[in-house]
Amino acid sequence: MADPLVIIGAGQAASQLMASLAQDGFQGEICLVGDEPHLPYQRPPLSKKFLAGELALDRLYVKPAAFYEKAGSRLLLGQRAQRIDRAGRAVILGDGSRLPYSTLVLATGSRPRELPLPGALYLRNIADVEALRARVALAKSLVVIGGGYIGLELAAVAVKLGVGVTVLEQAPRLMARGVGPVVSNFYARLHGEEGVTIRTGAMVRGLDGRRVVCEDAQYDADIVVVGAGAVPNVELAREAGLAVEDGIVVDAECRTDDASIFAIGDCTSQHHELAGRRLRLESVHNALEQARIAAAAICGKKPPAVQVPWFWSDQYDVKMQMAGLSAGHDQAVVRGNPDIGRSFAVFYLREGTLIAVDAVNRAPEFMMSKQLIAERARIDPSRLCNESVAMKDMRN
Amino acid sequence: MAKIVFEEPDGTKRAIDIANGQSIMEGAVRNGIVGIDADCGGACSCATCMVYVPDDWFDRLPAKDSSEQSMLEFCPHVQPNSRLSCQLQVTDALDGLRLKVPQSQQ
Repeated sequence: MADPLVIIGAGQAASQLMASLAQDGFQGEICLVGDEPHLPYQRPPLSKKFLAGELALDRLYVKPAAFYEKAGSRLLLGQRAQRIDRAGRAVILGDGSRLPYSTLVLATGSRPRELPLPGALYLRNIADVEALRARVALAKSLVVIGGGYIGLELAAVAVKLGVGVTVLEQAPRLMARGVGPVVSNFYARLHGEEGVTIRTGAMVRGLDGRRVVCEDAQYDADIVVVGAGAVPNVELAREAGLAVEDGIVVDAECRTDDASIFAIGDCTSQHHELAGRRLRLESVHNALEQARIAAAAICGKKPPAVQVPWFWSDQYDVKMQMAGLSAGHDQAVVRGNPDIGRSFAVFYLREGTLIAVDAVNRAPEFMMSKQLIAERARIDPSRLCNESVAMKDMRN
Repeated sequence: MAKIVFEEPDGTKRAIDIANGQSIMEGAVRNGIVGIDADCGGACSCATCMVYVPDDWFDRLPAKDSSEQSMLEFCPHVQPNSRLSCQLQVTDALDGLRLKVPQSQQ
């Protein structure tokens, strides 16, 4: 009997891969190795509804246990893959046992970037959130280090639970890696209105017990949580001699430079046509899309069409949906008023072509832009900012 | 609990039981209904869980909110009888509901 297809990492990419393999007619045995004790689960709700206690644990799981256990698949949860023996085509597990593979898929994800602040908490997995939720229930004050999506979503939940929240961001503006300045300024106002203290340009020097020490100020906190971005889990790949840049290097089929090893999700670095370069995307959409692409390649099926990358963030009553990649834009056009209320969109263009949108409580702007970005549509900026032109009429 | 019958893109009909309080999308994904992608997991952010509701059921469902309405408006294969299955919470009243899954969510 052929050796199984082995997946390392039991997150959403792995779960989608198994679903897509089944749909694409894959007949072989599948073995899923995950270092958490959980079946694959959704991470986005962790910093939102799950943290708030509005979503029960069992609703985080993407699929029931029966889905994974059916016909020949094996789950090795709570087990860490230690090493890949490429010559011997086997994964060496933490207990020293060998798991031979015919095809290997690395879905190892990413982990929070750690700061040298002993005692600070992080938010990545179910255990983190369960611990944090218990602490938040007893806390009066919370300092969040990092004003990115995770930190701000956490701040939004905590302040609603009655905790005094301060967000310390070292950059001059919030979510600087993900959105433009207009959107950053809006979120600073939003969090201010909701009672969160936002400090940008805050250089954290250390943690002294329950006191966060910055260059020019100190903040007392019952809880300190760091949300300072993520780093890809590429160590297994690197030690196995696979090509690694900002992530595990994969081709259009999500294959690494070893033809029998694929990589999908947060841990990968892939050429993206819209960006015109190789990049690493940390998003659910990317994890699911790469899983579908890899499954098609493994089964010898036609690959699904590449979609426009998209992301979302929920904070308070504000849903932000982002599509496309705004890096390299030469024009930003605002539709609606970001200084009043909670609904507007910013479009990003390069040489007249729409390349990205940040839509704040603006589903039509998001949905229509996703199509226009895919079409590489050239749109007159004066129409984009004119609210009397409906989004569905935006195609020139 | 309600028994919901899905017609998958290839015409296969599958009946599944979904517990009260879950969304129809969650039940569909857990049971591997083909064609319900649900990329955002139910946050009404992606519009990849669209279904078609037969006329005799359409008016019996809770009304769409504005965010579902505007997401649907831009779905590639939208029809007047479309709904996002992540926004439909299961109750006993939905027992016997029949839904058709579109050929593609893209």
